[in-house]
Amino acid sequence: MTASTTFGCDVANVVYERGQRQAFCGLAGIVWLHRKIQDAFFLVVGSRTCAHLLQSAAGVMIFAEPRFATAILQERDLAGMADCNQELDRVVAEVLGRRPDIKSLFLVGSCPSEVIKLDLNKAAERLSAQYQGRVQVFDYSGSGLDTTFTQGEDTCLLALVPHLPALPATERNLLILGTLPDVVEDQFTRLFTELGINTVHFLPPRRIEALPPVGAGTTLLLAQPFLGETARALQKRGATLLTAPYPFGVEGTLGWLRAATEAWGIAAERLDAVTAAPIARAQQALSRQRALLSGKRITFLPDSQLEIPLARFLARECGMELVEVATPFLERQLMAPELALLPAGVRLTEGQDLEAQLERLRTDRPDLTVCGLGLANPLEAEGLRTKWSIELVFSPVHGFDQAADLAELFARPLVRGALLQV
Amino acid sequence: MQLTLWSYEGPPHIGAMRIVTSMTGVHLVLHAPQGDTYADLLFTMIERRSQRPPVSYTSFQARELGGDTAELVKRTIQETFDRFRPQLILIGESCTAELIQDQPGALAQGMELPIPVLALELPAYTRKENWGASETFYQLVRGLLKSRVPAPGTERELRHSRARPLANLLGPTALGFRCRDDVVEITRLLDSIGVGVNVVAPLGASPQDVLRLPEADFNVCLYPEIADQTCDWLRRSFGQPTIKTVPIGIGAIHDFIAEIGRVAGIDVGTTVAPSSARMAWYSRSVDSTYLTGKRVFIFGDATHAVAAARMATEELGLMVVGLGTYAREFAREVREAAKRYGVEPLITDDYLEVEARVAEAHPELVLGTQMERHIAKRLGVPCAVISAPAHIQDFPARYAPQMGFEGANVIFDTWVHPLMMGLEEHLITMFREDFEFHEGAAPSHLGGMATRPALTAAVVPEEAAAEETPATTWAMEAEQELKKIPFFVRGKARRNTERFAQERGITTITVETLYDAKAHFGR
Repeated sequence: MTASTTFGCDVANVVYERGQRQAFCGLAGIVWLHRKIQDAFFLVVGSRTCAHLLQSAAGVMIFAEPRFATAILQERDLAGMADCNQELDRVVAEVLGRRPDIKSLFLVGSCPSEVIKLDLNKAAERLSAQYQGRVQVFDYSGSGLDTTFTQGEDTCLLALVPHLPALPATERNLLILGTLPDVVEDQFTRLFTELGINTVHFLPPRRIEALPPVGAGTTLLLAQPFLGETARALQKRGATLLTAPYPFGVEGTLGWLRAATEAWGIAAERLDAVTAAPIARAQQALSRQRALLSGKRITFLPDSQLEIPLARFLARECGMELVEVATPFLERQLMAPELALLPAGVRLTEGQDLEAQLERLRTDRPDLTVCGLGLANPLEAEGLRTKWSIELVFSPVHGFDQAADLAELFARPLVRGALLQV
Repeated sequence: MQLTLWSYEGPPHIGAMRIVTSMTGVHLVLHAPQGDTYADLLFTMIERRSQRPPVSYTSFQARELGGDTAELVKRTIQETFDRFRPQLILIGESCTAELIQDQPGALAQGMELPIPVLALELPAYTRKENWGASETFYQLVRGLLKSRVPAPGTERELRHSRARPLANLLGPTALGFRCRDDVVEITRLLDSIGVGVNVVAPLGASPQDVLRLPEADFNVCLYPEIADQTCDWLRRSFGQPTIKTVPIGIGAIHDFIAEIGRVAGIDVGTTVAPSSARMAWYSRSVDSTYLTGKRVFIFGDATHAVAAARMATEELGLMVVGLGTYAREFAREVREAAKRYGVEPLITDDYLEVEARVAEAHPELVLGTQMERHIAKRLGVPCAVISAPAHIQDFPARYAPQMGFEGANVIFDTWVHPLMMGLEEHLITMFREDFEFHEGAAPSHLGGMATRPALTAAVVPEEAAAEETPATTWAMEAEQELKKIPFFVRGKARRNTERFAQERGITTITVETLYDAKAHFGR
């Protein structure tokens, strides 16, 4: 960024588009959620298409035993509803018989199950009662009708909120919301401990048995931007939502930690002292990536709602020029601190009309395009360098010590492009 | 409802996508909710295609369901036509759209576009991917050619002054298992016997190419799962005979050539294998002796499974201990083959059932799909992929056909590779207590970690417990002796001994019983 750049984006300038969408549905969230929550099983109630999506997304991992499956609706299930509930009970019994180690079961709604109005909420209540003391049963929707990609995590965590234990009135805790890789969770826990915040909980937890408590003493910090529904539900249970940028890069992580320390009444000097070393380390590592990224033009196609925070990081800390930043869904309140940091006048798009967007992309010809795997190779073949976006959800990218790794994810395709002589 | 951990086939609209992605000048408009575009990945990632599949999605969401989804369909069709200018548009629905019943096909017909528009019926809750592909290909060929079908009784024009008979190669598609290279190999093979290729379809064909299909003297049905129905219609409508032998394996190649000779009326008696055909010699060379009688479990689509069973027995000297397919439409072929090899056919699309049958059969090698790789890993059995569904590593950069003589070379290498080499196998049997070179170690040429414990820990005891009547127990020395049997046949030895003991009312299995059983069953 040049010194003359001004910051702060007005949401009024966001262009809303609708049309063909090239995005995953919320079922894709299962691919990382089932690795994070180790005692959970995800049972999609849907069609062969849903099963096919899941195995296409997760199929390269060869599991000895996957912790997700699909109850595929058959012709006779579509005929009558009562039958469907019996069928579901039978399938659940089969799953739990095969996996006696499972402590929680998520019934995941899909487009077909929603169109036929199969009441998975009732089914979850019924099955919870039936397996009481052994397995907890939850339900949420991961359908494409309702959710785009990472929103599947939002609806999943939302289903957990009513089951969180109450935080005793005299206690406070810091609740970090959003799936983080275990290594990042541990880093943050260490940082908060050094800062003097000792009661830190994470949602989702690694095991459903260890659901974090929530109450009036809960301070809520979002690690992921796509969790609006869950955040609101936690607020209804008394939690106070902190306003902060998301913990990507040095600036985002520091702002994120600061929100917590301010709420906790911890002196700014303490924050500076604790973060000085990690920041210095991150800056040093980032400088190498900045040299590769600075001045390069980047476009984000809509995918995960991570686009705006990542664009902010790449613009302000890596010196990239933002051409278009598109997001599947713009949660204005949750994104306000990020929008304030974006360079003014950036072209922001909410939603998607794929063909029109690709035409703009071909006119813009940015140095790097962040997009899904359905588009990446075809765009590469047109001579555009791409960074496939799903990786950003699967890699440790939060926090100081991952700042350079995050930048490297964007630098790598450019380095590779320069390297290859064939 | 059917509990599904892994599904062998996608829904039928994926089959339709495979047909249009294979072709040029054809576009599919799919009425489908947001998210169903995941299927594009199969083509751009697994097959690494450099272009987006020619598929436009309506991408409806919950808010559209209250409104006019039919209007959305019409707008998508119009925009698709305006932007891509295809020569033919196919209209289909995914499983969710089938439930809301917008009749997109009828809507499209009413729009009076200046190109042919074909509506597809793809029953997503009863049919699957291969059926969808077969149906789409058939509808497309029939739709383009039905106005040209000669009147009944018209004499078929004989091949006249042309020097070479011409064949259509039907069935290869995008996402098909090794279709790309099979087409090259078979084109070469046909050329070597003096047969030219008229049209390859759907892979690489345009609607104009489809219009030229009747110019061929006969059709080669390379992949019956995709092209059987179409070949049958072409035979009935245009009198073109179908070559039914699928040329996977040396024996099948010779049968294939002979069948073409008969159908095309050409002399193929002098056809010799090219010098690059090495499979037969490799299999005869003494190094391969240790392959004799190795127990192999085969599962896949019917075409590849049946071909693999023949190769395994006749060309590699293996013993088929299980044969099955997930393709119900072609169950008959598999049942017939299973009868030849004296095994119970397995016709199922239930992954869990396949897993149970593999565990029960104690094979030393599993030949299957991507899914059987999961099973084999769990059971610690060597495995090679012979059929779709396959993952990215089975769409290789190198030339890797399954058909023709080079295909046989490729198959020999692929199947033998995961097995432990002969010398290694001998040494492990001779010296049981070697600390590095023990039975749990993976074959040294594969590196990596031992996978064996999964079988001994999870499957064998469970299964042994189920089969053992409480009256039969193993004496400690017999149990010790059993451990000296090479691990890849130990499961079988345990089972045989227990059966032997039960049949004779022996309650305690001793070392003697073990060897009595061994002598009784032989290997």
